[in-house]
Amino acid sequence: MSERTIRVTVNGRVHEAAVEPRRTLADFLRDDLGLTGTHLGCEHGVCGACTIVLDGDAVRSCLLLAVQAHGREILTVESLADGDRLHPLQEAFREHHGLQCGFCTPGFLMTLTCFLRDHPDPTEAEIREALAGNLCRCTGYKNIVAAARAAAATLATLTPTPTRSPA
Amino acid sequence: MKPPPFDYEAPTSVEEALALLGRHGEQAKVLAGGQSLMPMLSFRLVRPRIVVDVNDIPALAGIREVDGTLAIGAMTRQRAVEQSALVRRRCPLLADAMPQIGHFQIRNRGTIGGSLAHADPAAELPAVVAALGGRLVVRGPGGERQLAPEEFFVSYLTTTLEPGELLVEVRLPVAPPSTGTAFVEVSRRHGDFALVGVAASVTLDEAGACVGAAVALTGVGPTPVVAAEAAAVLVGGRPDARALEEAGRRAAAAVRPDSDLHASAEYRTHVAGVLTRRALARAVERAQGGGEAVTP
Ligand SMILES: Cc1cc2nc3c(=O)[nH]c(=O)nc-3n(C[C@H](O)[C@H](O)[C@H](O)COP(=O)(O)OP(=O)(O)OC[C@H]3O[C@@H](n4cnc5c(N)ncnc54)[C@H](O)[C@@H]3O)c2cc1C
Ligand code: FES
Ligand code: FES
Repeated sequence: MSERTIRVTVNGRVHEAAVEPRRTLADFLRDDLGLTGTHLGCEHGVCGACTIVLDGDAVRSCLLLAVQAHGREILTVESLADGDRLHPLQEAFREHHGLQCGFCTPGFLMTLTCFLRDHPDPTEAEIREALAGNLCRCTGYKNIVAAARAAAATLATLTPTPTRSPA
Repeated sequence: MKPPPFDYEAPTSVEEALALLGRHGEQAKVLAGGQSLMPMLSFRLVRPRIVVDVNDIPALAGIREVDGTLAIGAMTRQRAVEQSALVRRRCPLLADAMPQIGHFQIRNRGTIGGSLAHADPAAELPAVVAALGGRLVVRGPGGERQLAPEEFFVSYLTTTLEPGELLVEVRLPVAPPSTGTAFVEVSRRHGDFALVGVAASVTLDEAGACVGAAVALTGVGPTPVVAAEAAAVLVGGRPDARALEEAGRRAAAAVRPDSDLHASAEYRTHVAGVLTRRALARAVERAQGGGEAVTP
C-alpha cells in the first residue's frame, strides 16, 4: 500500500505528487490539487458529474486511479474559462439557463467539449444521446440541450471548416 | 465510497502479468477499463490485496483478421471496436451492439475483454459472442486454452476464468456474404443495461432462402441464452413473416427469466419473443440488401 510518485499534466501544468494506489483520480484532483470544479455525485460511474478529459477522451474520474494518470494529460472544467472570459460553451449554458444549482455542470461541460469537437454540427437526437450519461436533478435537460445547440453554432463560427464528422 | 487499500502493479507484458497473477492467486484482481471493477472496489464488494493493471500491455489491444476470424485483443477499448471499419465490415453484429453499451464516456475506458470477463447477465457482448459461436482465448500458468461461450460463461458474474488466468483475446467468425445481423434491446433509458437484448444473424443464398441463422439473448437468465430452436425455424426456407413469428414464439419458450426490480419474468418472456422477431426481421432485411458490407 506504499505511496507512488506520479507526474501528471493538468490543464497545462505539470504536477508531481505521492499518492496511495487506491486514491481515485477524482479525489486526487479535488483534494490533492485543490481543483474542486470536478464534482462527485455518486462515486460509482453513474452520474457523470466527475467527467474530465484524459488524453483527449471524456472519462469518469471516479472510475480511474490517480496512479493511472501518470504521464498523461488531463483537462478539467477549470481549463475552460480564460480568466474572467467564459468559454463559448459556458456562455451558452448561462445564456440558455442550462444550469440551476450547477452541481452537474462541470460534467456536462467536459462531456460536451469532446462531443462537439467530434460532432461539430450535431442533431438534437445526437446531443441527447451524448448527454445520456450525465444526470441533472434540476433543469429537466431541455435547456442543457438548447445550450449545447447554441454552443455548437457559436463554435462553428470560430472553427474554419465545420464539417460533419462521419463517426 | 472509497476503495479499500491495495497494492498496485502495472506490468507491460502478458508474461509479467501472468507471473504477478500466479504469485498472488485469489488475492489479485485484474484492472482493465475499471468501469465495473472501480465501482465494486468503491462499494467494497471486492477487497483484493493487489490490483494488476493491464492497461500498459500494448500486446493485449488491437483488431486483426486471421483465417476467416476477427481476433480482438482483450484490452481493446469498446469505443475502438465501435469505430473500427474492419469490425463494421467483417462483424457487423458486434458493430451494431457496441453503441448500446453504456455511454461513450464508459466505452472510452471499458474494454471488450473486461465486459466478457465481468459476465454481467444483462451485458450485450456475451450474447454477441454466444450468437456467433466465438472463442475466448485464455492464458494462464498451464498455457493457453480456447473456450466456447458455453464453456466460459457459468452464471451471474461468473466465468470459468481461474485466479492466475488472463483473458487475452476474443475470436469471432467473419460474417459470410449475404449475411445480415442486428442487435436490438429494450432498456429503461439509453445506456442502461438491457432488460432484454437479442443478437441475431441471418445468411441467405442467391435465391433468397435462408442457409444459416443464429439467435442469442441477454437479460433473460444467468448466462446468454442461445435460442437454436428459434433460429432453426428459418433455415431451409424463405424467411417470411410466418417464420419470423414462429421464431419469436420459440425464443420466448426457450427462456426462463427471473423477476427483479426492473421487470417481471412475464414481461421479459414476452419481450424476448417480440425482440427476437424484430431482430431477425431486421437481419433478413439487411441480408437482402446484400449484407452489411456496403453500409456507411
Ligand atoms: C454507467 C455505466 C453504464 C454501463 N452500461 C453498460 C451496458 O449497458 N452494457 C454493458 O455491457 N456494460 C455496461 N457497463 C459496464 C461496462 O461495459 C464495463 O466496461 C464492463 O462491464 C467491464 O469492462 P472493463 O474493461 O471496464 O473491466 P473492469 O471493470 O476493469 O473489470 C471487470 C472485471 O473483469 C475482470 N477482468 C477484466 N479484464 C480481464 C481480463 N483480460 N482477464 C481476466 N479478467 C479480467 C476484472 O478483474 C473485473 O473483475 C456500464 C458501466 C457503467 C459505469
Ligand atoms: S461521481 Fe463519477 S460518475 Fe458519479
Ligand atoms: S443544475 Fe442542479 S443538478 Fe444539474
